[in-house]
Amino acid sequence: MHDTLAQWPFVIATYALGMGGTAALVAQSWWAMRGAERRRDQARGQ
Amino acid sequence: MHRFANPARFLRTARWLTPALLLAGGVVAGPALTWGLWRAPADWLQGETVRILYIHVPAAWLGMLGWVGIAAASFAEIVWRHPLAGIAARAIAVPGAVFCALCLATGSLWGRPAWGTWWVWDGRLTSMLVLLFLYFGYIALARVAAEAGGGGGRVAAVFGLVGAVNIPIIHYSVLWWHTLHQPPSLTPALLLGAKSPMAPAFLWPLLASALGFTLLFGGVVLMRMRALLAEAQAEARLRRQAFEDAA
Repeated sequence: MHDTLAQWPFVIATYALGMGGTAALVAQSWWAMRGAERRRDQARGQ
Repeated sequence: MHRFANPARFLRTARWLTPALLLAGGVVAGPALTWGLWRAPADWLQGETVRILYIHVPAAWLGMLGWVGIAAASFAEIVWRHPLAGIAARAIAVPGAVFCALCLATGSLWGRPAWGTWWVWDGRLTSMLVLLFLYFGYIALARVAAEAGGGGGRVAAVFGLVGAVNIPIIHYSVLWWHTLHQPPSLTPALLLGAKSPMAPAFLWPLLASALGFTLLFGGVVLMRMRALLAEAQAEARLRRQAFEDAA
């Protein structure tokens, strides 16, 4: 174990990356789904 | 599984299951991460960096589970020609790649304080990097196949099946080769009641975090399946309309 390094910055960076990445994935998937379903409904309405 | 191969039946189920999975995932993962970050103890050897476990291990699990899902869906696509199997495999690819990349990035953030290096070319890290490249290859193949139409989807399905060879290599890499990476703490034997080498104070928040992320992963896959299905339906509708207008 390399005690000379501060440990919390690595922990915080990991949580920011993990939670931010997951939130971005959920949001992107949500918008993609909503957009595709809206386009399908518009195509049905034409 | 055959029962849900019907797109209409799948959509009826997915409409209520998608928000349920996302909500349950958030409800489980949020407290689990708070538990891991603030309540779980520091490790006597690794200190506070052991908290990286609660993000890193679920990401690794989902990166590997994603490819198992692609392989299973590819098998169903090739053998039974399920209409939804190819869509399921395509829907899994991006979230699987994201969690695989998160596993590598968080592992690197753990490696620097624990091993004194960001990266080492050992069996576990290298086979996980290979998995990320397999995901990139699958995503590219599936996209080309979807744009071209015809039988291109089968090429991606065969790639998905062949790529599954890497999953046991990742799992057993820490046993087959000398490595800096620790041996597996969570094994299938644990589900059968075997004692984990990990203390309960670390094990329970880890299991809760893995469950929460898995539920979120399921919700994301359902959303992406619905998007792919809606795109296909819109395109079919517009094509039919163009054909009728021309006739």
